[in-house]
Amino acid sequence: MNGFKTLTTATVVFLLTAGTAHAGATLNAIKERGFIKCGVSDGLPGFSFADEKGNYNGIDVDVCRAVAAAVFGDSTKVKFTPLTAKERLTALQSGEIDVLSRNTTWTSSRDSAQGLHFTGVTYYDGQGFLVNKKLGVKSARELDGATVCVQAGTTTELNLSDYFRANKMKFTPITYDKSDESAKSLEAGRCDVLTSDQSQLYAQRIKLAKPDEYVVLPEVISKEPLGPVVRHGDDDWFDIVKWTLFVMVNAEELGVNSKNVEEMKKSTNPDVKRLMGVEGDKGKDFGLANDWMAVMVKQVGNYGEIFERNVGQGSALKISRGLNALWSQGGLQYAPPVR
Amino acid sequence: MAEPTSTPVKPPFWNNPRVRAMVFQAVALVVTVAFGLYLFENTQNNLRRLGIASGFGFLSSSSGFDIIQTLIPYSATSSYGRVFWVALLNTLLVSALGIVLATLLGFVIGVARLSRNWLISRLALVYIETFRNIPLLLQIFFWYFAVLRAMPAPRQSLSLGEAVFLNIRGLYVPAPQFQPGFGWVLLALGIAAVLAWLLARWARHRQIATGQPFPTLSASLALLLGLPLLTFWVAGSPLVWEVPELQGFNFRGGLVVIPEMASLLLALTIYTAAFIAEIVRAGIQAVSHGQTEASFSLGLNSGKTLRLIILPQALRVIIPPLTNQYLNLTKNSSLAAAIGYPDMVAAFAGTVLNQTGQAIECIAITMAVYLTISLLISLVMNWYNRRVAVVER
Repeated sequence: MNGFKTLTTATVVFLLTAGTAHAGATLNAIKERGFIKCGVSDGLPGFSFADEKGNYNGIDVDVCRAVAAAVFGDSTKVKFTPLTAKERLTALQSGEIDVLSRNTTWTSSRDSAQGLHFTGVTYYDGQGFLVNKKLGVKSARELDGATVCVQAGTTTELNLSDYFRANKMKFTPITYDKSDESAKSLEAGRCDVLTSDQSQLYAQRIKLAKPDEYVVLPEVISKEPLGPVVRHGDDDWFDIVKWTLFVMVNAEELGVNSKNVEEMKKSTNPDVKRLMGVEGDKGKDFGLANDWMAVMVKQVGNYGEIFERNVGQGSALKISRGLNALWSQGGLQYAPPVR
Repeated sequence: MAEPTSTPVKPPFWNNPRVRAMVFQAVALVVTVAFGLYLFENTQNNLRRLGIASGFGFLSSSSGFDIIQTLIPYSATSSYGRVFWVALLNTLLVSALGIVLATLLGFVIGVARLSRNWLISRLALVYIETFRNIPLLLQIFFWYFAVLRAMPAPRQSLSLGEAVFLNIRGLYVPAPQFQPGFGWVLLALGIAAVLAWLLARWARHRQIATGQPFPTLSASLALLLGLPLLTFWVAGSPLVWEVPELQGFNFRGGLVVIPEMASLLLALTIYTAAFIAEIVRAGIQAVSHGQTEASFSLGLNSGKTLRLIILPQALRVIIPPLTNQYLNLTKNSSLAAAIGYPDMVAAFAGTVLNQTGQAIECIAITMAVYLTISLLISLVMNWYNRRVAVVER
């Protein structure tokens, strides 16, 4: 049993790892090793999905590439580990991976009792329902008595129970480890409804044999801020992952993208100059090369580029920016200044 | 020839094997305990350093998620401790049913394997060689994704007398609803069981004393069925059946066997039965043919020969490896996690672990549970083994 094995290994790692308790342990280990160990999803188009050549693509994948570009100046120095929802947090806690970038929801208990740090929000999402059009259901309120497929060990599982309880409806849950199993079960008719974050529902739908027969219901029943996660104990590493995200957003806001980086280095705008590492020591403050922000944007792109390429108009998913537009354009993506 | 010395020189204590053995054992004990303490301390330090909660306090906080199959009342407001019991009972249910069914099927196939009928013995051989050589996980997937997925949707259910329904969501059967007065029937069953036991005792004593056999089996069956049925009739049939009904998306009411459970049980039974069949065959073949001939010459028929001569001797060979198969079946039931059956590994070591993040506690509890179940099975089987073992005279 793969999942059980991973969990058991993780537990054994817990028991055996020597307790060297000092800040910087994760970052030092990464620099010595020469690459970043990044936990991603086990196959979710737009977020992390391996193509036929085995190359990973997606927003979550690009976040890790960006961190690698920041630390090593080379976005290819990442090793991806596909994890199920059930395995992911233990894998991070036990040190099997350095950063988890796997459409994971930021919650209070994960930040506190589970010993983790969320570094920001890569995608503002919310939970929805995917049903077969044949059922004739127009709203989630009509789902009383339905059988619902859901991934094990997710916030989705908890929101599902809350929603049905709050609306005094009954349901039968079927919990699988892998999202693919849920999708297959929906197709086979084992369950009436598939519930997950809306972005995942769109991604799952294009994997179905007949995507047109399925519809996402209008209700969004929860807040699901998805972002990268690191474990407690290394503040420097936390800062780097956090600011990689902020730099992506700042770059989009300042009009810096992967194609015009070199020209922008000649910009007269002091904000851009600081971002490019042309003025000041803002890059060095992180213990990295002074121009890491420029290198990162050049190799991976700004937030808008990453979004459009993976889940937006440049992808099969065609999700609009919505909540994920910049704050200046009516969305929620906002980053503190580089200064 | 040396004369024996009057006072033998006492060897130094480090050459005394008893002292040495004690010292080595003490050293081993100290090292083991020290290693255990080191692991414990180290884990505590690591958890504290990473700011991860530890301890078993989480067991009393509410779980917040639902489970598809619960043998005891459970809702999303129940505690994680309740999830533990739900998961444990689900594991025990599938293991217990699996053990009973695999034993029955295994004995039948094992005897069929020795049949003088060429077709029957070959069929048994093909069964054994097929099912014990395909990985169990694949068999579970086969039943779950290939066979049970081919069932019709709820609205097109296959039905039997509009009371039993089979569809992709499971097998729906009427549920018995016990009315007041059903307790008398249970009481009657209990009395019948005691009477049957007394009858068997009396019959055995009489046979030993006089050689007169008594049809114990049919008499006990009549007692066990007749007395409760009579009480049931006298008490005014205190039982009604709740028939499942299609309402909205699914059937409601009645009992349901979910396909996750059915495919796990099928795969476990069929896989383990193949091994048990070989054990039974080996056990029967271990009893020499002379025993059969001797029994026939004493005038016993072939049924009695099997029951009184062959099986008691074969059981001595069968029981120990059979215990192994029971243990394997129980532990293999943890593959449930692959198809979403909420057993210990899926529901407790999976979902609860993930929702609480307390990996060490959840894994430790789960391991302790499997260890306890396995030891209990071994205990019972060893006790039974001692009962059927040869009594040396």
